[in-house]
Amino acid sequence: MGENEFVALVGTSGCGKSTLLSIAAGLETYDEGSITVDGDPVTGPGLDRGVVFQTYTLLPWLTAIGNVEFALRAAGRRGRDIREIAQEQLALVGLDGFADAYPAELSGGMKQRVAIARALSYRPKILLMDEPFGALDALTRHHMQELLTAVWERHRLTVLFVTHDVEEAVYLSDRVAVMTNRPGRVKSLIDITLPRPRHYGLVATPEFQALQAEVLHEIRSESIAIASLGSALS
Amino acid sequence: MAALVFAALGLAWYAVTAGGLIRPLFLPSPGQVLARLDTLRQSGQLTADISISVYRITVGFLISTLFALPIGVLIGCYRFWEAAIEPLVDFVRYMPVVAFVPLTILWTGTGDGQKFLIIFIGTFFQQVLLVMDNVRSVPRDFINLGRTLEMPDWRILYRIVIPSAMPAIWDSMRISLGWAWTWLVVAELVAATSGLGYRITTAQRFFQTDLIFGYLLILGILGLATDQAMKFAGRRLFRYLEVQR
Repeated sequence: MGENEFVALVGTSGCGKSTLLSIAAGLETYDEGSITVDGDPVTGPGLDRGVVFQTYTLLPWLTAIGNVEFALRAAGRRGRDIREIAQEQLALVGLDGFADAYPAELSGGMKQRVAIARALSYRPKILLMDEPFGALDALTRHHMQELLTAVWERHRLTVLFVTHDVEEAVYLSDRVAVMTNRPGRVKSLIDITLPRPRHYGLVATPEFQALQAEVLHEIRSESIAIASLGSALS
Repeated sequence: MAALVFAALGLAWYAVTAGGLIRPLFLPSPGQVLARLDTLRQSGQLTADISISVYRITVGFLISTLFALPIGVLIGCYRFWEAAIEPLVDFVRYMPVVAFVPLTILWTGTGDGQKFLIIFIGTFFQQVLLVMDNVRSVPRDFINLGRTLEMPDWRILYRIVIPSAMPAIWDSMRISLGWAWTWLVVAELVAATSGLGYRITTAQRFFQTDLIFGYLLILGILGLATDQAMKFAGRRLFRYLEVQR
């Protein structure tokens, strides 16, 4: 992955894309190959990589701003600027009015926005996102995709985004990596040449549709191969 | 709703006894029971019995909880401690507490120490398993969050795992307090010179069914009151879990 590049990792469920992300996060160990950040091999989790999890991971006893401050404090920030940075981060995801709300009072989309703000707050080099919008309804998901695009276009950083939603992958990323099933490995990389800044109207354009079809084809040829293998065996 | 159920039961009790369907020896009337309680209250015996029993359960339960919390957390978090301690806890847990009564008398006499010990044996092992389970159900990703923030293990333990498990642990303590009441009364029934359980045994000797019923009611009310108090306190302590829009 290049610096400040947005890469989406797609593939059928069970192909190991979430596992790959966990390995990149340093949360899981791996048997072979290597993962490096700026040349240094990944040996465990680190503050140079921020993670947004698939499940809601806001700590329920802390407010929205408390959750962001929690990460800043863990990252070693001290003093008065903690509150200031946390407030800025919440404003970045459009939640400045909900700083004192507890997670139980926030919708799913809002919770993931706080999680994004929290992961960005300590300025990691890479943001790792594991199907962060997977649990949201379609409307909220579109809204979150637009928000993430806007945030990313303003504050560039390297993002690895795991999803099984092809439209989401094409809309968000600079490159889409298609992963194969058993053995789980990246089969092809597709450059997404769509112009930026991107808006949701883009989805209806022929260029977008063509790219989406290309990615889908890559994934489908994979699953067709598996299906025919299955019938050959039976 | 609950009040209605209580009222209906009370009414049925009154109707059955007033109609003379059952001999007062087996089921005394509500009036009889209340009158008995009132005489005991005036003599100061009721207050004395209640306060000694409340004292015993408070100390016994606190000792048990104080030991169960750290051990339960330890077993819930670390495979090593789980392997070392959990089988032992399971083993002792299945021994009937009542069977310990003669032993505890032998070890500590019939004083308050023996009551504490029985409450301890009866609740500690259950509490350890409950706390272990509470700690274990902390979402995996909460711990992963701490790891991605490069927090050391002990910090993850006390900044993420314990606060996260706290509401469930509180509930476990509330449930185990109910069992502690049972063990207290068991201990007092067998060997005591004071307390609610002791008074029930002496009443049994004199066929004072009204007193037995009265004290059972008192035990029920005390249990219900502490349970409600803990529920209420839990709602206050963990208010963040409730959606207030």
